Amino acid sequence: MSTRTAELLASIALIVFSLGLMWTVHTDGLKIGWVPERGPGSGVWPFWLSLGMALTSLWTLVRWFRRTTPESRNEAPYIESDRFGLVAISFIALTAMIFLVAIVGTYISIALFLGFYMRFVGKHSWPMTSATVLGAVISIYFLFEWQLSKYLPKGLPMFEDGFLWLDNFRWEYFM
Amino acid sequence: MFEIADLLAAGLIQSFEPLNFAMILAGCMAGLFIGAMPGLGSVNGVAILLPVTFLVPPTAAIIFLAALYYGAMYGGAISSITLGIPGASTAVATVFDGRPMAQKGKANQAMMAAAIASFIGGTISIILFTLFAPPLAEVALKFGPQEEFALMILAFATFIGLGGDDIPKTIFSILLGLVMAAVGFDIISGKPRLIFFDMVEFQRGIGFLVLAIGIYGIGEMLWTLEQTGGKIKFDRVSATWAELKKHLGEIKKYLPTTSLSSVLGFFVGTLPAAGATPASLMAYGLAKTFSKDPDSFGKGNISGVAAPEAANNAASTGSMLPMITLGIPGSPTTAILLGGMIIWGLRPGPLLFANNPDFVWGLIGSMYVANFVTVALNLALIPLFVRVLAMPFTILTPIIFILCFVGVFATTDRMFDVWLMLVLGLGGYLLRKLNYPVAPAVLAIVLGPLAERSMRQSLIGSQGDVTTFISISEHPISLGCIVIAVVLMLYPVWSNYRRKIANKTAF
Repeated sequence: MSTRTAELLASIALIVFSLGLMWTVHTDGLKIGWVPERGPGSGVWPFWLSLGMALTSLWTLVRWFRRTTPESRNEAPYIESDRFGLVAISFIALTAMIFLVAIVGTYISIALFLGFYMRFVGKHSWPMTSATVLGAVISIYFLFEWQLSKYLPKGLPMFEDGFLWLDNFRWEYFM
Repeated sequence: MFEIADLLAAGLIQSFEPLNFAMILAGCMAGLFIGAMPGLGSVNGVAILLPVTFLVPPTAAIIFLAALYYGAMYGGAISSITLGIPGASTAVATVFDGRPMAQKGKANQAMMAAAIASFIGGTISIILFTLFAPPLAEVALKFGPQEEFALMILAFATFIGLGGDDIPKTIFSILLGLVMAAVGFDIISGKPRLIFFDMVEFQRGIGFLVLAIGIYGIGEMLWTLEQTGGKIKFDRVSATWAELKKHLGEIKKYLPTTSLSSVLGFFVGTLPAAGATPASLMAYGLAKTFSKDPDSFGKGNISGVAAPEAANNAASTGSMLPMITLGIPGSPTTAILLGGMIIWGLRPGPLLFANNPDFVWGLIGSMYVANFVTVALNLALIPLFVRVLAMPFTILTPIIFILCFVGVFATTDRMFDVWLMLVLGLGGYLLRKLNYPVAPAVLAIVLGPLAERSMRQSLIGSQGDVTTFISISEHPISLGCIVIAVVLMLYPVWSNYRRKIANKTAF
């Protein structure tokens, strides 16, 4: 996809998105004008500003047709093909990590993600990878769970139990 | 005057308390590191590390983040000089002469000039800050909702007039941020608004931090990966005491331009859209114009390194001025700091000086101390920071992604926000590639609720009369802000017209 096509698609998508926002304000039954005795209605802000979003995107679209934006004259690929792989794999791995949090919990998920990324994307040695993974997991546990008393998601009950044991151990000997 | 001196002394004492001093050290180190990494700047560091600062009380937290902001301005020069890629956009101008100096084998000289110029910039600007902040806060205390709203209009107008990005896309970005801020329960009527797909999670609104971390964490890393392909090359640098001593004799060569750049940087920094990047570019231009030897610029002139470095540090302090006194952030980084202050339960704006003097003066005091700490750390640890640059992106990227995820979850306790961060980060990255500026959206989501409230309060007060914002008898300050805002918004139209005329006469 060229940058030119990308700009066209983006400006159309943004017009649709802005109109969708305005429609949402309407279906929610929010007042977009002056409410007597009460002041401006609660829909005034989102409605008129969304209209502004739609108009500025329309403006971009018009300029796309007239080829006045630099992007509309740019036929180069939107994302360079030799870089696309790296960006895509990073984003997919990140999405997978967040998805796995619900199943195996924060720590295992982080370890898998970091291990995968360093070993297979970065081609780092196993010792280097394991040391970083271990360091990251321990520091996050220490910083968030311990110092900030934040309960990070632990996933399904069977994974959660393991951490209960760890938490008990911590409360018993370190608090 | 004596009152200020007293408060400042108290602030300085406060910044030497063990916890606060430790925060200064940690913040400066983190800032130097983040600034030095290509692609990462103060705004990324502040966004990603804000959740971690909930560990400490607000004063210590803001001291840490301010020191980080500051350190990142120093750190940016490191990769500009050794890699030839700016460590942050604020250090772009440092590349022009820093890189040629490094190629001539004078990287050490360039590095020291950058550090010392940053120190001068920091010192001059913090003195200006101390002098300007209390009277400005005093004036701002009299502001009503009309003035608040007009100031915000002015803040957004600076993006249109001075931001230098595509204008319809800049306006879109501002409006998008303002609309995102309206998601959730309406503060005045209590009605739910913009609950997309009837998902109850949207009732709590879209946190500014979710957007900021999405854009400056996830989006920025995707962007950097694409730009660099994950690989970087650099020159080795080492600094010794003997060289430093020798360099001190050269300071007078660049002292005049540096001082001028610092003052310029401070005032440019106070403008929301301008900030450190244009300040450093302007300072570079100024140094070149006033130089006796303008042709040597771009070929390794030491003033070409010193001027932008002084200006970017001064600008970072300058951007704190409207944040602390008016509650209007002077840069994307201070927008995130402002959002942080709201989370800590402080109300940014002029009342801070009256209600939370410990917070304000502790911060100001810490800025004096941080300036010394950073220059010392920077000069002492230059070789270490250069080694840090060798850290591959394949380690840095996943660690930043993990910090983004944990940071968002720890702040909001909802996986929903983590997913939202991912979507906003990807969206920000894709739009940024089409030249949509992202900073205005972040500023707008922070200011959105305040802007909407002040607009509605003004209109309720005036019975719906919109001329209340431009009434010369009742709200002259508001009128002034709006006039300047209109001029700023029309400025690009005018300069475009002039360019067309110039083109016509040229042919």
